[in-house]
Amino acid sequence: MTRSDTIYPRITDVGLSGMLVTFSDTLTEAANRAALALRARIEELRIEGVQETTTSLTSTFVVYDPLTLSQDLLRIHLSELLKETWHEAPLPEGRKLWRIPAVFDHPDHGPQLQEAAELAGVSIKDAIDSLCDTNLRVMTLGFAPGQPYLGSLGPHWDIPRQQGLTKQVSVGAITVAIRQIVLFSTASPTGWRQVGQCAFRAFRPDQPDPFALTPGDEISFYPVTADALAQIRSEDQTGDGGASVEPLT
Amino acid sequence: MSALKVLRAGPAMSIQDLGRPGHMANGLSCGGAADRIALAEGAALLGQSVQSSALEMAGMGGEFEASEPTRIALTGAPMQASLDGQPLVWNASHKLEAGQRLTIGAVTSGIYGYLHVGGGFATEPFLNSRTAHLVAGIGALIKAGDMLPIGQDPNAEASAQKLPKEARFTGGTIRILPSVQTANFAPETLDRFQATEFTRTPRGNRQGAELAFEGDPFASADQLSILSEPMVAGDIQMTGTGTPFVLLPECQTTGGYPRIGTVLPDDLPLVAQAGPAATLRFKFVDHAEATQAHRTPEQQVKEVKAKLQPLIRDPHNIRDLLSYQLISGMVNARD
Repeated sequence: MTRSDTIYPRITDVGLSGMLVTFSDTLTEAANRAALALRARIEELRIEGVQETTTSLTSTFVVYDPLTLSQDLLRIHLSELLKETWHEAPLPEGRKLWRIPAVFDHPDHGPQLQEAAELAGVSIKDAIDSLCDTNLRVMTLGFAPGQPYLGSLGPHWDIPRQQGLTKQVSVGAITVAIRQIVLFSTASPTGWRQVGQCAFRAFRPDQPDPFALTPGDEISFYPVTADALAQIRSEDQTGDGGASVEPLT
Repeated sequence: MSALKVLRAGPAMSIQDLGRPGHMANGLSCGGAADRIALAEGAALLGQSVQSSALEMAGMGGEFEASEPTRIALTGAPMQASLDGQPLVWNASHKLEAGQRLTIGAVTSGIYGYLHVGGGFATEPFLNSRTAHLVAGIGALIKAGDMLPIGQDPNAEASAQKLPKEARFTGGTIRILPSVQTANFAPETLDRFQATEFTRTPRGNRQGAELAFEGDPFASADQLSILSEPMVAGDIQMTGTGTPFVLLPECQTTGGYPRIGTVLPDDLPLVAQAGPAATLRFKFVDHAEATQAHRTPEQQVKEVKAKLQPLIRDPHNIRDLLSYQLISGMVNARD
């Protein structure tokens, strides 16, 4: 059994066929970048027996077939790779910037904006401004299909999740906690506070490529009225929900 | 194309196969049958690929009618089953004539029963799998009135087979390996965890099974302050109250609760199939032993095939021998 310690990056065995490389136990931009870059490299290497790779906020996860690739050999591969410096790795290529219209100050669409703003210690207007004036990066997709964790918001947004659960938020709900935004891709219960609503669908099961976003992409929200959002919804065929998209260089 | 008509549906029936691996990075977990051994058994009984999809029935089956003569197999948790009122042997394959009424009732032990058809169900695949992933909004529960398309059966005339009774519906000792946060649990906690007897609570579904036990909660050093990390089916997650939840195939792809260990994929069906009366214990094994014990679905089919026996109808079990469909059986042999 491996012993937990504070030296990073750290390799941890997960069950029969998983191995996790953790770059940090707190969310940092550099650790997120390292996790994405290591995953991209492992994919490139096409190591026989590696079945799947993914990233969390600060870790790279490898799923392998232990009947083809031994645990020891995979650990050696990863240890070799970790001799390189990953914290300064560039972001993935082919990233996109999505500008997404969203409703914030509205009882149906951002029911907990006021509560969240109070916890962040800012006015409602400043809350909306600070949610909209940052380009937020897709740090990972997870929990539900195509669902992005966006970061990082300013330090005043380091607010906890709520104690209880909201019974259900709808697709496109913009929720906030711990300096991150989760943009819901499916209707779901959540402990995060809903501060806004957009018509962007991050998961599109009706389309050949059902996942709209890729880690490294950036999102910038801009406020519109509830009427404008309703109009966008009624006209939207793609799931983009009125968003524009451009390449990031 | 032939189809299976659903006349009555239990509350939690869905099409399942081996799942949809390869999409964790997009937040979509593999999903698939809660009891993969049952898929291997269905494949062995019908002599077809283990990739074929089957109808998974949680707790309760339904009533069905085939549009064409269809071979079926019944595996997983035993359920009361009959064909036009005549009892059917579970863990066996049978022939369903067009228009005959197949009735599958409640489980007698375990949780998930499976109805397989020769040729597999031919519902619309999504990302190369027919698995319904209800949490992700892929596919849907099967309801009365549904017509489930059936693929071409390459062995339509194969004779009926059966398998010996299985012992995986009453719990037992479950082999586990360390997971992401195992090292954050004190050695005494890990020892106590392995010495504790667990039962399933009624809270559970295809995403996970909650376990009940007597004693103090199993807490780790950093219970509430960890970042979300990738999660896999089999992980044993300790929720805020220190209650274990074993994650099943439809679990989320990431989770922020500490995980004390991970169930071997080969033993996960025992957890999924543990009914209210079953007791579970967990035992850490080393990775070499786990690898030794591990079987791919194809290897499972091979092992199950070695246990196949012809299904011979015992005349004593046939209430009315004269009404038994000897004639239609002969007609079919010439078709």
